[in-house]
Parts: sequence; C-alpha cells; structure tokens
Amino acid sequence: MPISPRDFDFVRNLVHQRSAIVLEAGKETLVESRLSLLARREGIDSVDELFRRLHADPAAGKLHVQVVEAMTTNETLFFRDIYPFDMLRNIILPDLFKKREVEKRLTIWSAGCSGGQEPYSLAIMLKEQFPQYMNWNIRLLACDLSTEMIARAREGRFSQFEVNRGLPASLLVKYFHQKGIDWQVREDIRRMVEFSEMNLAAPWPALPYADIVFMRNVLIYFNVETKRGILAQARKTLRPDGYLFLGTAETTFNIDENFDRFQNEKAWCYRPKKTP
Amino acid sequence: MRALVIDDSAAVRTILKRILTECGFEVVEAADGRLALDRLREVGSADIALVDWNMPVMDGFDFIRAVRADHAHDGMRLMMVTTETEIAQVAKALEAGANEYVMKPFTKDMILEKLSLMGIAHA
Repeated sequence: MPISPRDFDFVRNLVHQRSAIVLEAGKETLVESRLSLLARREGIDSVDELFRRLHADPAAGKLHVQVVEAMTTNETLFFRDIYPFDMLRNIILPDLFKKREVEKRLTIWSAGCSGGQEPYSLAIMLKEQFPQYMNWNIRLLACDLSTEMIARAREGRFSQFEVNRGLPASLLVKYFHQKGIDWQVREDIRRMVEFSEMNLAAPWPALPYADIVFMRNVLIYFNVETKRGILAQARKTLRPDGYLFLGTAETTFNIDENFDRFQNEKAWCYRPKKTP
Repeated sequence: MRALVIDDSAAVRTILKRILTECGFEVVEAADGRLALDRLREVGSADIALVDWNMPVMDGFDFIRAVRADHAHDGMRLMMVTTETEIAQVAKALEAGANEYVMKPFTKDMILEKLSLMGIAHA
C-alpha cells in the first residue's frame, strides 16, 4: 500500500531540514521502498509501524537519522562513468604532478562518497598508474552525509554485487581480499583515504585547499539556491588551477558563472574562472 | 561484431544473448567448451566470448586455455561469467588469459560495464 500524503510530507520535511535535499512529489514509491528496507533491517513489522514510531517521537532519535540516511544514500560503483577517470589519468594528474613538482603535495576530495567506491577507485588509480608519486604528500579526503555510509566506507568492505560493478577483475585480485562472503579493500589502499561526515548543504568546516574535487551526482538532490551555495563553497575550496567534476547530468551553468567548462573527447569537468 | 555465449544453462544463454543482441552483437551459442570450439571453427572468429566455468565435456577454463593457445584468436576478448567466486579462481582465470570476470548472479548493467571496461561497448 502506498504511503499516505501525511507520511510523505513528514519524510519530505525531515529530509529537507536535516540535509536540504528536496524530495519532489512523485517520489512516494521511492520513499516507500527505501523505508521498507529500513523497517526490515531494524526488525520493525511494517512501514506503518515505522511511521507510528516516527510520529510518536517527532523531535529527534536514531530512527529519524536512519530515515534521512535511507533517503539520501546513492547507488554507486567503482570507476563510475569511466571517462572522468580516463581524463584524470591521461590529462589532469600528469598536469598537476608537473605543476606541483616543487611542493610535492596534492589533495583530492570525494564529496558525497557513499560507500567509498569513488575514493577507493581514485586511490587504486593513483597507486596503479602513478607509483612514482607515492612519496608525495597525497591526501584523499572523502565525505558523506550518512554516518552509516562513512562507517561502511571506512571499513572498505563490499558485497560481491558491488565488486562486480565497474571494477576490472585484475584490480579486484590485486587490491582486495575476501572476508567471509564480502570483499575488503587492502589496508594500504584504505589508509590512503581520510573519511569524515559532512553535510554539504551546511556551512563547511575548514578544509585543506583541494586540487581536484569530485562531487558527482550530489547537486541533483538540491534546489537551485542550495546548489549555488554548495558550488560557491566548492570554488573557495578549490585551488585556482584546480578541477571540479560533477555528475554527467549536472552543470554549473545558470547556477554559478564563475566556472569554465574543461572538456576533452568524452569527459568534462569545471575550473574556476581566471580572475583578470 | 560477433559474440560467443558459452554456458550449459539455456536460460543463462538466453539472457546473455538478449543483452548482447541489444548491443548490436551477432550472437553464437554453445553449451560447453568443446561445442564452442566447433562453432568457432564454423564461423571463423568472434570478437568476444562470455564463458561459464563449470560445464560438461570441456569447462570454461580449458576453453580459455585452448583459445589462448591458438594464435588465430589472439584478438578475441574473453569474459568469464561464473558461480566461481573465490579470489584464487579469479586470479587463475586471468592468468590463463581471461580479460574480465563476472561472478554470478549478474545483472545487465554489470555485463555492460564490463564490456565497456574492455573497450567493446559503452555502458
């Protein structure tokens, strides 16, 4: 049975208050299916019963956090979309390694990292393709709104289904080991990534300047005002010659005109406009 | 482009055939490795083979070794699609010459992503 308009509004308001993410009308089925999974996981008999508990304690509580997390967690995969990673490997990283030759420091940030597939893809790519730079101070920062996803990502543990997606088998064998029925990223790769919780829609904490920001399939969840605020903060975090990757369905155009699009054959990203 | 689908399960062959046909492949089917080598001789060549591991007569591992021993098929890409999920088996298949490895159960997206990784089709 579909959820009632009252319950949908309750979830919509809760998610918006806590994350600024907008759940538009028509997402009732998505809410219902995500909350069914949550109810099952928590041993709650039904979605109705879950709502009864939510309404009984509307102010706070673990269940409210879990609902927000259930509604804001994205599906993702290793080396998602491939072409941005090709662009990074073939153009951007060689360029930055050259430019940062003196300081020997590079910071890459994965914003909205979900279960960790993206930062681990970046770490594996660096180790695999640029081993000569492993003595540099390379920081891979990764954040997500979800406490649960950050804990999972930190553990670097993935299901068979997840490692089947986007990850070349040669890299699976080289950088993972089996742990029960799951697969875990090797410790040296896990140590390369610093995970933290962060709400992109809230004022950002002090962050180190980043050379590259991956913020893919994150903006789609926000309204234009929030997108503008996030892009402005991303611009302040990026070094002037840095690169910002958004999802293929996302753009800075008509939201923040202080970025230029940087494109090669099959991928594109954005760079802060040069000030005259 | 021609693809060889090798699996003793007709149901799995049907699913893989549908995915590959949608990608524009001409699909040739075989129920085991020996029959696959026969079909390969008949049609001359294939761009890619999706190969199950455990099959009667000749298994997928021996099929891969046979293909890799025959330089006429040097350009052929090989993807294992199997219920074998031990890391040692994945490594063994890659060492024998498999280019990619998918652990069953699979989804259409997984197959497309692996094809894309092999530079064959775009996910």
